[in-house]
Amino acid sequence: MQLGLDVGEHGGAVVVSARGEIDFGSAPRLRDVALEQLAGGGRTLVLDLSEVEFIDSIGLGTIVAVLKRARSMGGDLALVITSDRIRRPFELTGLTQAFAIGERVDAVVAAPGRTAR
Amino acid sequence: MSGNGVDAITLQVPARAEHIGLVRLVVTALAETVAGLEGLRLDDLRLAVSEACANAVEAYARQGRPGLPITIRLHAVAGSIEIEVHDEAGGFDPGRLVPHPPVDTPERLHHERGLGVPLMRALADEAEFRAQGEGTTVRLVLHERRAMKL
Repeated sequence: MQLGLDVGEHGGAVVVSARGEIDFGSAPRLRDVALEQLAGGGRTLVLDLSEVEFIDSIGLGTIVAVLKRARSMGGDLALVITSDRIRRPFELTGLTQAFAIGERVDAVVAAPGRTAR
Repeated sequence: MSGNGVDAITLQVPARAEHIGLVRLVVTALAETVAGLEGLRLDDLRLAVSEACANAVEAYARQGRPGLPITIRLHAVAGSIEIEVHDEAGGFDPGRLVPHPPVDTPERLHHERGLGVPLMRALADEAEFRAQGEGTTVRLVLHERRAMKL
């Protein structure tokens, strides 16, 4: 299965919607698309993973790298996760605490940013 | 390895990222039909096997030898599956991995690589890493129902 990526906007945030598999092979493409959207600086990026069926440790690491880049540029990254299948790898690696995570795009856009950096 | 002779299925794939998805499909199908794994347990298996293969692909890539063979040996019985992923790419010592900082500290975010081994240990009922031949063998066992971990 391939990784599909769409870029949209919601309430002033850039929303990157992914579907399919984020793994060793496809994660670099996610990174490129996300970093391109951050290029202006100061932007909140939402990564919608609700249509993602698989993510591996390289995918997790890529998302951490995007988060760090976003924060270093005065922006932030929030995640939309709706399934246990995707939530579990984040939990097992302790990453759920690093991100603002919600079950819908409008929820994470309406409650932006963790204040703690 | 408890699987021997005709009981085990052996796959050999070139060490390239694009083949890992195929391994996931084959392993998942066997686990579902023979071992009877389902639901989140299948998801655990899919991820653990993927991590083992990704480590092998990376190990060959570090040596500048992408595309060399990764051998995946599968042995499924009712209720459980055993997988061995072997490469000939020099080997690594998981005991030397730097432990990750506690999850609630900011330093945690510095560890964007090296998540694979801890994930395999968390997902599988048994995860074993050993030097073998000119490389590494990762052995994973997953049961239909998760074993109690001490």
